[in-house]
Amino acid sequence: MSTPLSGPGSATQAPGRGPVGSRAARDHAPITLTGLAGKVLLLGLTAGVAVWAAFPLIDGRKWAGLALLAATTAALFYLYLTRRHIPAKYLVPGTLFLIAFQVFPVLYTASTAFTNFGDGHRGSKDEAIVAIQSSSVTQVPGSAEYALSIATKGDPSTGPLVFLVTDPATGTVSAGDTDGLRRLDAADVTVAPGGKVTAADGYTVLNFGQASARSKEITDLVVPTAGGALRSSGLSRAYEGKAVRAYEVGCDCVRDTGTGQTWTANDEVGAFVAADGERLTQGWKVNVGLSNFTRVLTDETISGPFLGTLIWNFAFAIGSTGGTFLLGMLIALVLHSPRMRGTNLYRLLLVLPYAMPSFAMLLAWRDMFNADFGLINNLFGLDVDWFGQPWTARFAVILVQLWLGYPYMFLVATGALQAIPRELTEATSVDGASPWQSFRAVTLPLLLVALSPLLISSFAYNFNNFNAIYLTTEGAPFPADNPTNGATDLLITYTYRLAFGGQGAEFGFAAAISLFIFAIVAVVSTVSFRRTRKQEEVYS
Amino acid sequence: MTTLTGAARTGDTAGRPPATNRNVTGRRRNRWFAQVGWRHLVAVLAVLFSLFPIVFVLSAALNPLGTLSTTELVPTGGVSLGNFGGLFERTAFERWFLNSLLIAGVASFASVFLSALAAYAFSRMRFRGRRVGLLSLLLIQMFPQFLAIVAIYLIFGTITDLWPSIGFNTPWGLLLLYMGGALGVNTWLMKGFFDTLPRELDESATMDGASHAQVFFRIMLPLVAPILAVTGLLAFIGTINEFLMANVFLTSSDSKTLAVGMYGLLQGNERNNNFGIFAAGTLLTAIPTVLVFQLLQRYIVSGLTAGAVKG
Repeated sequence: MSTPLSGPGSATQAPGRGPVGSRAARDHAPITLTGLAGKVLLLGLTAGVAVWAAFPLIDGRKWAGLALLAATTAALFYLYLTRRHIPAKYLVPGTLFLIAFQVFPVLYTASTAFTNFGDGHRGSKDEAIVAIQSSSVTQVPGSAEYALSIATKGDPSTGPLVFLVTDPATGTVSAGDTDGLRRLDAADVTVAPGGKVTAADGYTVLNFGQASARSKEITDLVVPTAGGALRSSGLSRAYEGKAVRAYEVGCDCVRDTGTGQTWTANDEVGAFVAADGERLTQGWKVNVGLSNFTRVLTDETISGPFLGTLIWNFAFAIGSTGGTFLLGMLIALVLHSPRMRGTNLYRLLLVLPYAMPSFAMLLAWRDMFNADFGLINNLFGLDVDWFGQPWTARFAVILVQLWLGYPYMFLVATGALQAIPRELTEATSVDGASPWQSFRAVTLPLLLVALSPLLISSFAYNFNNFNAIYLTTEGAPFPADNPTNGATDLLITYTYRLAFGGQGAEFGFAAAISLFIFAIVAVVSTVSFRRTRKQEEVYS
Repeated sequence: MTTLTGAARTGDTAGRPPATNRNVTGRRRNRWFAQVGWRHLVAVLAVLFSLFPIVFVLSAALNPLGTLSTTELVPTGGVSLGNFGGLFERTAFERWFLNSLLIAGVASFASVFLSALAAYAFSRMRFRGRRVGLLSLLLIQMFPQFLAIVAIYLIFGTITDLWPSIGFNTPWGLLLLYMGGALGVNTWLMKGFFDTLPRELDESATMDGASHAQVFFRIMLPLVAPILAVTGLLAFIGTINEFLMANVFLTSSDSKTLAVGMYGLLQGNERNNNFGIFAAGTLLTAIPTVLVFQLLQRYIVSGLTAGAVKG
């Protein structure tokens, strides 16, 4: 955790500023005053940030993090004080951020993908047992409710807590802690109308602010009673309930004292499982191997929609990239004529969609497709529920991408067209080629050479174009039987819903799908980059 | 002037089919249409396609009723600036605007600087791991950072516990996160530009006793200033539009960016009623980017063909 920390320091590090570090050949380079001052200032800032970051680490006893922080800071000081390692001086600042916020999260994602991490599987087994037992203290029918005051015998912010409760039936006041309930003499207490105790001899009653500061302790406090246990429900009510489930070490299981049913711990799935396969919701985090990956392929409720999503994802990326490229190139070609006038004005107006804030325009498009009072239906006199049917919704999102993206392709195609020497096309027309032939044989190949790296990047970008879906259809329409995977969902929006959606987070499974997406994008991009061979020239 | 005549002629052609006149002028018109006129027709159609959503947003912003259901393409029910007033009264728009400007401004400046440093090393120095470094940058660029959003969420959960001032709901945490993607996006593009500068320039400076840092700051940076401006602008636009990470990161109203805040305006039951002030906000957001964009358009064309992507 300490790499991010050294980040801020190194960002402002401006490593090149120090003129001291120089190649052996240039050892006579003078030490300038600005250079020296800059170096002192920035290294000082780094040290300051490191010290600032160290205190919370010491407080939290995170020694590994502290060691990493110290090592990073020391390495930075060494790097910028020595005359050697010149390339590293320029590469390290950006690389630090890259490692902390890009490489590390990717590796972390990869490791989560092999666990069942998610809602119900967040912590350790012990935490799960505590959660099961205390959540099973239930308010059984007929159990009494009490007016509750929180009090202590010691300091309001640290002293051991005591529940002061008033029995609504008898009006008697009792004090309760983990040892049990004791009756208090009616003369020693002041009870407000409604039964809440406002003062008691020997106790300090916490006010609302003090109580809410310790609300976690209050929630965790269980006062054993004859019939079960007393728990708080908020800061002013308590109820007497029964802990119906308890963990038994002997059988490594949880037993329900009411029904006698048992749930045995299963370390493979990280949950307590009953004989009939029923699981308790509170489980713990375990390694599940490859099951998140195989689940995508074998679980029928997932694999069917997943394949559909994958195909649509490719169609969307190819459709958006291809569509914008074709339209942009077409308009660039149309405007690319020596006799054409007013091209500057056209260009000014055509690229406006590219300069508008795209997140806002996506939302505006969403409302233009609104079925009841959207512009599209009004303008064309239609009555189409655009986002209600799979194919109209898909058409709509691709149309929106076309609008957002074609000005960009128009701009770059114009630039590339201007770079193609006019003599080439003139020569073909002298040789008797039709405009179409000359376009096919000369212009298009040259355009593709110039633009194919862009087209590949654009494909990779659109393949994971989260905004395009999330800000318009949000994946809708959803099939009636599957609310997690809609017709316009891309893999990335689907993953997002798995991880952060309302139906219980499945971080492990979401991470597995993230890795699938990594693999797909990387393979497609690498293969296409190889084929263009354009990159090879750049290594010169 | 040229632009005006161009536009006017197009109107002519579009309105009156040239084939109706059968005299000599008609034939000349025919030929004009075949060579130039149809180009104007296509261009005007494209402009209409480009502009109508923007006109719709403009009309919604000026619509005195301020609801989606009463907004037409052309404002017929009168014009008012009430939505702009409502935007500032009912939302923390100015906070969002400042947050966005701060985050996007610092992030684009810092990421351009970091990638310029790296690009200088990759372009001018020879060292072990150079090729591997370049290739891995390319590969990392293929992995959009937000795929690791779950991991980032958990990592920043820990950071928030330890250092709340760079955790969730702070612009600094989000900035750090955006810095992580800085190298991948721009380094290749900038390296290409550094490569086009003749080596003799820095070699002669080195002969004259300049250190590598002086070569970088005094000679290289001024020469690549146009591309720095363009990558900075692209990073700026990209950061302003970034929604996914900001949405996970910023939940309190005061820390939101424009993208997160304005998305919230159109959520839930208020979607219809808020459309007017949303449109007003869109226009205000667009003003700075459109202005700078039109100024730098020329550089952008050359910059983009060298390999940048709108992020």
